[in-house]
Amino acid sequence: MNKRNEEVLLQGNEACAMGALAAGMRFFAGYPITPSTEIAEFLSAELPKINGNFIQMEDEISSMGAIIGASLAGTKSMTATSGPGFSLMQENIGFASMAEVPCVVVNVMRGGPSTGMPTRPSQGDVMQSRWGTHGDHPVIALCPKSVLECYTLTVRAFNLAEKYRTPVILLIDGIVGHMWENIEIPQAFEVTDRAKPTVPPEWYHPYENLPGGEITPLAPFGQGYRYHVTGMVHDRSGFPTLVHDEVEQCLKSITNKIKNNLHDIIDIEEYLLKDADVCVVAYGSVARSAREAVNMAREEGIKAGMLRPITLWPFPRFHLEDIAHRMKTFVVPEMNFGQVYGEVLKSSPKKAVRVTRVDGELVTPDQIFSKIQEVSS
Amino acid sequence: MMRTPEAIYKYLRPDKKFPHVWCPGCGIGIVMGALVRAIENTELTKDEIVLVSGIGCSGRISTYLDFNTLHTTHGRALTFATGIKLANPELTVITVMGDGDATAIGGNHLIHACRRNIDINAIIINNNIYGMTGGQYSPTTPMESKASTAQYGSIEKPFDICKLVEACGATFVARGTTFHAKMLDAMMLRALNHKGFSVVEAMAQCPVQYGRRNKLGTPMDMMQWFKDNSVSSPAFDKIPPDELDEQFPVGVLVNKEEKEYIDRYRDIVKKAGGDVP
Repeated sequence: MNKRNEEVLLQGNEACAMGALAAGMRFFAGYPITPSTEIAEFLSAELPKINGNFIQMEDEISSMGAIIGASLAGTKSMTATSGPGFSLMQENIGFASMAEVPCVVVNVMRGGPSTGMPTRPSQGDVMQSRWGTHGDHPVIALCPKSVLECYTLTVRAFNLAEKYRTPVILLIDGIVGHMWENIEIPQAFEVTDRAKPTVPPEWYHPYENLPGGEITPLAPFGQGYRYHVTGMVHDRSGFPTLVHDEVEQCLKSITNKIKNNLHDIIDIEEYLLKDADVCVVAYGSVARSAREAVNMAREEGIKAGMLRPITLWPFPRFHLEDIAHRMKTFVVPEMNFGQVYGEVLKSSPKKAVRVTRVDGELVTPDQIFSKIQEVSS
Repeated sequence: MMRTPEAIYKYLRPDKKFPHVWCPGCGIGIVMGALVRAIENTELTKDEIVLVSGIGCSGRISTYLDFNTLHTTHGRALTFATGIKLANPELTVITVMGDGDATAIGGNHLIHACRRNIDINAIIINNNIYGMTGGQYSPTTPMESKASTAQYGSIEKPFDICKLVEACGATFVARGTTFHAKMLDAMMLRALNHKGFSVVEAMAQCPVQYGRRNKLGTPMDMMQWFKDNSVSSPAFDKIPPDELDEQFPVGVLVNKEEKEYIDRYRDIVKKAGGDVP
């Protein structure tokens, strides 16, 4: 009973904003867009109370630029947007990847392409979050299924951004962002603060690969470590280079720091998977329908289970490969035409089917259950 | 006044960054020199300065100078600068942009930075052309001038950068040229000391991509044209409109005090019950 008293009714977007504050975010720049705007509105009221910065920029391009600037000045920073705004941010998301500047980008997904359906949910930006900016680049994207996870995964997004010096994308689908749930606000959790350089300025190389894969800490501007930051391919000291070895080193290191730490970055939820021979792969709000569908299947005696990627990028391909041999089929329900389905096919060719829905409504448990029945019979 | 060799050792980055990318006769180096001399006349240390640049010939300045330097994406220098300044108002934030950078792809950011009156110093090096990409016409290419994408002459009316930023609310606006190098030093120093958004338009010759195509002669000839056509701003205002040909005003064109953005934001923090440092 006591526990219930500590619960608060929160919207997903609000929980995301609160998680950001709890993670130490003190700089937000954004531009109004449905269905993400509540995050900006909430933070415009809360950030000044703690001497943090809120600014509404002239567009999403500048919002992304401003949060990179703030991060270089040593402040944890974030922006939030939806589909069309996410498209505009791609240019500077690439900059943050290339220049290895930590920041968090929240994309509350709405129906696309283009203006699409501003007030209807979607999961159509899965691939844009992976490949939206040009060139080979690393990305981390997390995907909450509930209001509570909007909070906890925002904290995690900041931790990963700081740890790996990279932009982290939070892909919230419109349903989760606008959903209200009672949650107990987490009290104890890990917060990763920015590491400080331990070497004197004259020894500091902001892009040096340290032994054991350790990532060089990013020195805030103004603290004696004068260095150069550029979106161009650069050497270990940050200056543009076209020397073959240095170019390769630069591009490999931004990718490898993610690739070599998959075990740390990838997080999944398994549900009734141990004895399952049909695996539903679902994420975000659809995973809630999928869980219900798995329960329905179990009642019919079908050995169904669910694997939910909480980390969407890097994709938990190895987890799927580990269980693929004992699955008759993977069922992949999504609010798009099959963006994650394609990834599941890479892990398990010929054994996956999709359930797609793009009419602005949630994939229902019945839809998923029917597909499970169909592939099990 | 610091001697040139001393300034070079103090402010230019050693090793590997040189030779620079600028063509022989380019005006950007003169503007960079003026900036360094202006900074030398302030109390600022190199650690306190963040130099933010965009993309293009002018964008390379950040590579060569020994400050906290940030070479951003095309047109976006002011957006990064805004984040830096808000996150740490103690830093002196200088942005260097070209004419295409600041007024075409970055035009939206420029007008809004002016409107906010945030304490950032914007230096716009105007050479009337996109130099690095090979001489395409920019928003400041004069009508009828030739460019690699205006082979028959430009038909677009150019921006007057100083008028544009004044109309948008910049509280310090000045125009200089590479001919008037000392005046440029002084303007930049005043801009650095100004609290609020300042713009210094530095007109610079691009002899290779602009001058050559428009038969404007040597770099010296182009600088001579700056000398012959520039008029100090009070004198310019007295020229009757029908006598105006190619003349343009130089000097400090706007200098006014208005409450700066970060000070206004501190008022917000107070209203919200936060602690102002």
